[in-house]
Amino acid sequence: MTAALFVFYVLALVTVAAAVMVIAARNPVHSVLFLILAFFNSAGLLILIGAELVGMLLVVVYVGAVAVLFMFVVMMLDINFVQLREGFLQYLPLGALVGLILLLELVMVIGTRAVPTTVAAMPQATPPGVNNTEALGRLLYTDYFYLFQAAGVILLVAIIGAITLTLRHRPDARRQDIAAQVHRRPQDTLEVRKVRPRSGI
Amino acid sequence: MAEFFWGVIWPVVVLAVLTVVIIVPLLLAVAYLTYAERKIIAAMQLRQGPMFVGPYGLLQPLADGLKLFFKETVIPSRANKGVFLLAPMITFILALIGWAVIPFGEGLVLADINVGVLYLFAVSSLGVYGIIMAGWASNSRYAFLGALRSSAQMVSYEISMGLIIINVLMTAGSLNLSEIVRAQAEHGWYVLWHFPMFMIFLVSIIAETNRLPFDLPEDEASLVTGYNVEYSSMTFALFFLGEYANMILMSAIATILFLGGWLPPFEVAPFTWIPGPIWFFLKVALILFVYIWARATLPRYRYDQLMRLGWKVFLPLSLAWIVLTSAVLVFFDLAP
Repeated sequence: MTAALFVFYVLALVTVAAAVMVIAARNPVHSVLFLILAFFNSAGLLILIGAELVGMLLVVVYVGAVAVLFMFVVMMLDINFVQLREGFLQYLPLGALVGLILLLELVMVIGTRAVPTTVAAMPQATPPGVNNTEALGRLLYTDYFYLFQAAGVILLVAIIGAITLTLRHRPDARRQDIAAQVHRRPQDTLEVRKVRPRSGI
Repeated sequence: MAEFFWGVIWPVVVLAVLTVVIIVPLLLAVAYLTYAERKIIAAMQLRQGPMFVGPYGLLQPLADGLKLFFKETVIPSRANKGVFLLAPMITFILALIGWAVIPFGEGLVLADINVGVLYLFAVSSLGVYGIIMAGWASNSRYAFLGALRSSAQMVSYEISMGLIIINVLMTAGSLNLSEIVRAQAEHGWYVLWHFPMFMIFLVSIIAETNRLPFDLPEDEASLVTGYNVEYSSMTFALFFLGEYANMILMSAIATILFLGGWLPPFEVAPFTWIPGPIWFFLKVALILFVYIWARATLPRYRYDQLMRLGWKVFLPLSLAWIVLTSAVLVFFDLAP
């Protein structure tokens, strides 16, 4: 057994175990933490096949940003753990059905296309002599340029949608107007007066 | 058997030794950074700072470390014990693993990986987990508020940091940290070309490491000390060490991206006699001094001002600079 194969089995086992724990953990925050563990190990798997850029992006985007927001929301929710478990048996058949369909589809994919079974037989992630980032960049900005731009536009629309859904102008909120503060002059707000004794202003 | 030894075990042993060679000086540097901080702030406030333990108080950090080590570890009874203990470890480990890819000199790097910049960016974006887990697991209002503030703040400033890094990457044409430094030997330091970005990067790394004037997560006036309020003894020390190690790591990143890493300022005789790692150390020390200087000088930002600075000032500026950089690179055909 080579070292790479050993590392693969460790990463794969931990990924699957963590993924199971995501749905098995009683505490939702623990679920998110297991999800992060699963992301991490899949990043390790990607690095193992030589796709280091994609592996790092997985960590930066999913672990560093998406999962943080997940955690943010889950922590702030006041969840009743008992209530959360109640519908478990009711939804089990439906969930099992979806899982079964996915499994069948995977089997079909593996059955029709010859998927390599050893690490050595796997296709190289990068052509020789070009590093990973460069190879991916060339593909994205030449062959798949329109798809790449379309993905960008879709994300932009999603951003605008999210902002319009959540943006509310509260008229009673007090906001800082930096320009107004900077433009204030002493003579606008200060007045120097001579105050005579016993007369007041 | 011999093949197995030389092929698998020996490289692991070599790596372990090299790791220790990096980590031990790093921990010493962290200890003496706290000392330097107290001395510098003292000098700025016309005090003497620590003077009693050892000559000029030089043994003070060791005494502090020992004190924390021998204190009792208190775990709050309603805390989520596993996550509570995991949080400081994550903070500390993340502060250490970033150093694996930092080039201290020409060829002096533990792991010369192709995506070094992304690796560092990933490590720094994970730093938020230590804090948010600590805040949640402590089961305390103050700690939780600190954690929420911190996660929002770190996520916000990461965006402008990422955009600034993209500028450097476009100019250098590589994600490898050693290559970026070599590119600066050719082009001149990027602080000259990307000076506004360097300033924004400096402010962003201060916000990213939760240091003053952006230390809202541990705002002692309103949140006691924020996310680490329930921690004691070594668990607290790990947070503390992690924070300072992160400061040094961020300064090292800024040095590599903008100040030319191990390169001397001028390629002429008296400067080239000094070896690269010493230049690297001096530049990191300079940025750390700015950190401490800012702490001694500036008052804390209000939370909405902090968010405004990150999203409405730094983000548009760094985005505009990307457009400018790429336009210049394409127009003058300078792109690597």
